[in-house]
Amino acid sequence: MNQAHTTLNDSGTSRGMRGWLTADIPRSRWQARASAWYHGWLEFKANRLALLGLCILVALVLIAIFAPWLSPHDPYAQSLSNRLLPLGSEGHLLGTDSLGRDLLSRMIYGSRITLYIVALVALIAPVAGLLMGTVAGYVGGWTDTVLMRITDIFLAFPRLVLALAFVAALGAGIENAVLAIALTAWPPYARIARAETLTIRSSDYISAVKLQGAGTLRIIVKHIWPLCIASLIVRITLDMAGIILAAAGLGFLGLGARPPSPEWGAMIAEGRRFILDHWWVATMPGLAIFTVSLAFNLLGDGLRDLLDPKSHSK
Amino acid sequence: MNEAIAGYANGAGAPATDFAIEIDGLSVWFGQGRDRVDAVKNASFDLPAGSSFGLVGESGSGKSTILRALTGLVKTWDGGLRVNGHDLGRKRSKDFYKQLQMVFQDPYASLHPRHSVDQVLSETLSLHKFNNINDRVEKLLTDVGLGPQFRFRYPHQLSGGQRQRVAIARALAPEPSILLLDEPTSALDVSVQAEILNLLTDLRQEKNLTYLMVSHNLAVVGHLCEHIAVMQNGVIVEVLPVEEMRQLKSSHPYTQNLLQSSLGFVRQ
Repeated sequence: MNQAHTTLNDSGTSRGMRGWLTADIPRSRWQARASAWYHGWLEFKANRLALLGLCILVALVLIAIFAPWLSPHDPYAQSLSNRLLPLGSEGHLLGTDSLGRDLLSRMIYGSRITLYIVALVALIAPVAGLLMGTVAGYVGGWTDTVLMRITDIFLAFPRLVLALAFVAALGAGIENAVLAIALTAWPPYARIARAETLTIRSSDYISAVKLQGAGTLRIIVKHIWPLCIASLIVRITLDMAGIILAAAGLGFLGLGARPPSPEWGAMIAEGRRFILDHWWVATMPGLAIFTVSLAFNLLGDGLRDLLDPKSHSK
Repeated sequence: MNEAIAGYANGAGAPATDFAIEIDGLSVWFGQGRDRVDAVKNASFDLPAGSSFGLVGESGSGKSTILRALTGLVKTWDGGLRVNGHDLGRKRSKDFYKQLQMVFQDPYASLHPRHSVDQVLSETLSLHKFNNINDRVEKLLTDVGLGPQFRFRYPHQLSGGQRQRVAIARALAPEPSILLLDEPTSALDVSVQAEILNLLTDLRQEKNLTYLMVSHNLAVVGHLCEHIAVMQNGVIVEVLPVEEMRQLKSSHPYTQNLLQSSLGFVRQ
């Protein structure tokens, strides 16, 4: 926070932004919420590795946004005279691939595709899982049985195989790959949400709001969701690595991104042919996948310490 | 049952409308078939409006279950329940929750961990379609002895006693005439217990509330209630005024036992 404006007054309480955020007596709804976020941030900041993960991901987002300015070359521009240049070549820091396209530029543009996949899956799978799980857990009875058996059926399919079948049926492409991954990713979220709901639904604070005449929808959305979301966010960040890898795997198998697009998994697939003589063509996108997956895992670990109500009594 | 206490024991023939709560042959059970457990068996008692009634007994004797059946949280019950002269069915209307509210035993479990005091009270008020919610929230907090500075705090920033005050404010928000108290002080330490009991006594006088209180602590019940019912294994074994309880004039051996044991504990 703004250190320069943080001064001490006579009674020893700090003023300014930090004082406002750490105030013992919040004066408004907005201040109470900001204060809760600030305390969370302080706690999160103490975890160096999680902070590193967050930094990598923020960098990834910035790279994706500013890709046209950051990349030295057009990612699609081919130059057969410059094919398979090694690392550190003049004008091509990370070398070029078999068609002479600049690897660095392709990786920078590839971050957009990775983020697109991650964002879409993160929007579809957990929301579907949360909805299924909380409704099944809270309503119970037949609804629970039906919803959970559907979940079981999806859970029984191996992820990549179902995604393969799905892509094969709908055709290759990023959107279908995302849909296929999301379709196979939601059942664990439904399971988690249902388990959380079962412990929450019989608690006194849910009984108390029932005694105010609150309906089922309100209880699920306003009272159960906020408590399930914490563990879901943790699970999403931990799963993100797997999702990126699944997307890369689909790309590698030629079922995800179509050839000219610089998707990291597809880039590895292209580089596979030259892996013995020109190792960097497959290694560089592999390193990018590795770094981003690691960043998500580190962030997820930090968020678990912060958000999981069971890991500390708050 | 003590026939001498007209109005509290059933069948006294008083006009029905004077009663806040009438319970007639209430049975509550959990589970089905072989797993069925009868938590309350054929319980009957009436509360005149404005009275304060205590249910005492050991753990598992079915005291809290009676409250849960009254509030509609437990649906497997049979018998007659009337609140302010209206028969209760399985489903309860919002109107019903405007007449009857409940304070839960454990203030650490009865407040949503991610909702601030303000959110808890505002939501309750808006569910009951009150307007000028802002003023009402502040009024409620003042009523239960919490200043406006507590308004935007989260439960983890409050002590047990403060939390229980918030829970009481929430129960008072719909302006009910009947308050069910499920061991409201048993999760608090002794000095805070006294504060909460005094608050409840004051509120009752101020707002002319009817209390139905569950406790295993005879001293607490003696402080707050005018009459008590003693429960054992789901059966009400005796209903008697608090004065008689203080003078150990109970007729049922189990009540005698309970009183003696609590006295014996005090003497040490």
